[in-house]
Amino acid sequence: MSDRQYELVYILPPDTTEAQVTELHEQLEAVVSRMHGQIEKTENWGRRRLAYEIAHQKEGVYVLELINGSGELMKELDRRLRVMDQVIRHLVVRVDHEKRVVERTRSKRQSNTERRRVKRGLPPQRQPGEGRPAGEVEEPEDDRFDGVEV
Amino acid sequence: MAFGQGRSGGGGGGGRGGRGGDKKTGDKAQGQRRTLFRRRKVCKFCADKIDDINYKDVKLIGPFVPERGKILPRRISGTCAAHQRKLQTAIKRARQLALIPYVTD
Repeated sequence: MSDRQYELVYILPPDTTEAQVTELHEQLEAVVSRMHGQIEKTENWGRRRLAYEIAHQKEGVYVLELINGSGELMKELDRRLRVMDQVIRHLVVRVDHEKRVVERTRSKRQSNTERRRVKRGLPPQRQPGEGRPAGEVEEPEDDRFDGVEV
Repeated sequence: MAFGQGRSGGGGGGGRGGRGGDKKTGDKAQGQRRTLFRRRKVCKFCADKIDDINYKDVKLIGPFVPERGKILPRRISGTCAAHQRKLQTAIKRARQLALIPYVTD
């Protein structure tokens, strides 16, 4: 059960420097490693417009961390992030379960297609030049919502 | 637009006998309209085989959050129940991170 995976996204004020971001990251990393977790991936999305004002800011620096660890660890991180002044918003989401489900449906679909193709006497993989060309333009989005007001 | 008008006109005419003839022709035109313009709604996520509706993917979620910031109902978007549920959690998470607005007036 210990192989849980969480996604942590936090938002920092737009005037945060690169150095401050890495400093905060190291702080979090220390907590994670102390509680026997590990950071698998870090993604800095950079400055983005916020959809609404948070702490009188219209922009924010987004950072995503993919963390393997226990629930206690995330609880601790959550608590710390809430206390920190320089973090204006954060969100923790557990992702391992959903990832597995997605993986399963994907592989199931794949195997089903292959099975059906073999049954039709075709090779299991799609051949180049078969079916609709890949670059075909899809229907515009609006067609699906036939213009009815909400 | 034309569809909405036709419908309300038909409803009003139902009570009065005098406008019966009028209504019939209106209905006929409307029937043609429907076959011409009404597209069968398909769940976008089923059609495009999107398994993962992620809160980080604003481009994917965006079209399901119209101007006002409300979640687009299933009856309009045609999304299937399972995917609408996933979409709902994704939108709510994206809102917390200010990727999508809660409301815009």
